[in-house]
Amino acid sequence: MSEQLLSIKGLHAGVEGKEILKGLNLEVGLGEVHVILGPNGSGKSTLMNVIMGHPKYEVTAGEMTFGGEDLAALKTFERARKGLFLSFQTPEEIPGITLENMIRTSRQAITGKKERIIAFRRELQGVMKSLKMDPSYAQRYLNVGFSGGEKKRAEILQLLMLSPKLALLDETDSGLDVDAVQIVSEGVAKFHNDQNSCLIITHNTRILEHLSVDRVHVLMNGQIVEEGGPELIDDINKRGFTHLLDAQGCPVGGNCPNAETCPNNK
Amino acid sequence: MAEKKKTYVEDIERTLYDIKNEDHSIYKTKSGLTEDIIRDISARKHDPKWMLDFRLKSLEIYNSLELPTWGPDLSELNMDDIVTYVQPDAKMVGNWNEVPEDIKDTFDRLGIPEAEKKSLAGVGAQYDSEVVYHSMQDELVQQGVVYTDMESALTQYEDIVKEYFMTLVPPKDHKFAALHGAVWSGGSFVYVPEGVHVDVPLQSYFRLNAAGAGQFEHTLIIVEPGASLHFIEGCSAPKYNVTNLHAGCVELFVKEGARLRYSTIENWSRNMMNLNTKRALVEKDGIIEWVSGSFGSHVSMLYPCSVLHGENARCEFTGVTFASKGQNLDTGASVIHAAPHTSANINTRTISKAGGRATYRSAVKVTKNADHARCSVNCESLMLDDLSRSDTLPTMDIEGDEADIGHEAKIGRISDEAVFYLTSRGIDEEEARAMIVRGFVEPIAKELPLEYAVEMNNLVNIELEGTMG
Repeated sequence: MSEQLLSIKGLHAGVEGKEILKGLNLEVGLGEVHVILGPNGSGKSTLMNVIMGHPKYEVTAGEMTFGGEDLAALKTFERARKGLFLSFQTPEEIPGITLENMIRTSRQAITGKKERIIAFRRELQGVMKSLKMDPSYAQRYLNVGFSGGEKKRAEILQLLMLSPKLALLDETDSGLDVDAVQIVSEGVAKFHNDQNSCLIITHNTRILEHLSVDRVHVLMNGQIVEEGGPELIDDINKRGFTHLLDAQGCPVGGNCPNAETCPNNK
Repeated sequence: MAEKKKTYVEDIERTLYDIKNEDHSIYKTKSGLTEDIIRDISARKHDPKWMLDFRLKSLEIYNSLELPTWGPDLSELNMDDIVTYVQPDAKMVGNWNEVPEDIKDTFDRLGIPEAEKKSLAGVGAQYDSEVVYHSMQDELVQQGVVYTDMESALTQYEDIVKEYFMTLVPPKDHKFAALHGAVWSGGSFVYVPEGVHVDVPLQSYFRLNAAGAGQFEHTLIIVEPGASLHFIEGCSAPKYNVTNLHAGCVELFVKEGARLRYSTIENWSRNMMNLNTKRALVEKDGIIEWVSGSFGSHVSMLYPCSVLHGENARCEFTGVTFASKGQNLDTGASVIHAAPHTSANINTRTISKAGGRATYRSAVKVTKNADHARCSVNCESLMLDDLSRSDTLPTMDIEGDEADIGHEAKIGRISDEAVFYLTSRGIDEEEARAMIVRGFVEPIAKELPLEYAVEMNNLVNIELEGTMG
């Protein structure tokens, strides 16, 4: 068993009083690649945001530790400095801040070391080249006027430049054409080694082509309802999610911790 | 869980501007506005007869006009309390060492002599009602460039002044233009002969030291055909508990194929009523570029106007306004397309915080004969809290054919998602907010003269209060 990196136990969380995660458990070891599958609205993006500490989401119960440290006490920027990274499903456009300036500021914040401008630029240009990004994008305002594919590549660029311990990839491959998925997939593979981990939300197995997946989790209705090895991906691709639901349309059945309050439980 | 957080953008560090000198003026008029006072000012300034007549006529117009019925409330302004002319105890000189100590110290603190050495081709410095220093590089003098105070111009270039003075902004334009015509004093006169390019900027700095006084400097710039100039104007005053008034007037004449860049940073104290009028007349193929920063004052009404008078004349307007507690800054721009194929780009940012009120007001007019006019207006406002207010009031009046007019306005707040994005990259909340605000004004900041860009960046120092519990 590899060293534990992320550990989530009995996590309940929601937004504006509406509970979305309902007793979620998840363990990610160092050096591992985990995939989360699940239908729309099952809570996948909420999970990513909660791990990253988005102030909009409220954690009502459970615990999360990262490298053995309690995440509840840490703000988003502190989590990032500990080695968490979220690749956004829809990255923000921020006018007036260049991509290069933003990445340099981030890396200085994370490492606490001042970057030398020329050396940093050279490194950045090298990584952009490997992602087939036009080098002029470094001087453009963050994601402003970027196409969907360019935004996702800019996320992977940040992943490679910031080299976190755990990469949370929220549908990084969505909305991309085949070639762009290929580039993103290679980028993630380039990032991954035995000293870091990936937690990937995807609807598309192509992003996983260059990675060896250790564990697959199926998230439905705010809980992990099925877990397994990489073979589970093919299984879900063939059969969909509905076979995991019981007669009442509930994915959890008799093991449900919310059985007492569940409207389906007559 | 997250407690309520508050973000404060620091005000401009004002200590520097707030240092007051003792009032060593050798002469002051009585407060208020009467014919006797006008005659007195005129006699002290040795005006030619036509100028005295002009002043008296302006006073008549002033008395016949009402205060504007739109815009910020001006009822706090009582002209009976304003001293319209304050003569400093200094003669105009061309050497900083001859400027009286306390006045020289003031300009030293503001970095004017330093900037002159480093990055300017000429400097003028006005203290209260009179210009106390003026100098320009010899090379420009030899090329026939004239840069002097208005009083000297009235003596040495009387014919030119008489031809242009308040023809673009006539006293009957509005009440404060009339006031200006009656009591104007000081200001700059610049004349760039045909084909001469003044590559390094000239800068005038206006400092109002006396409490309860008004400053009414007149700036007249003539850029002859094919010539070019960059002119920078800065203004400040220490804070008093009484109302000060600034009603300057700027007239810019940009001739055929000429180019003028006019940059202003206004950093008046919070007791200043800043009611300033600026207008440019641009002939065929000429270009006027305005860069305008409004940071100070209690109330401002400022809408530089470009009259695109010749075919292909162009206007570029870049402006930033920052309104904080106790400030009502009503700023904007206006463009009159009066000839075919004229074009204008207006690009502004306003920030309001701590109950400040910022209004963007623009007027674009395309006259009947101005076919194929192009005008694009982009104004964005950022409110940093719920106490503050931003308004956007654009008007358009299009009579010419095939005009291409675009207007884009955005009013917003710092987006929580943008802050989350940056913090998820390890940047703390305070810095993330500062980056967003700096990014918001960046398109404008890069147009400002360097020392002012630095000043504006300092202004966006964000302080975060409250923590996540």
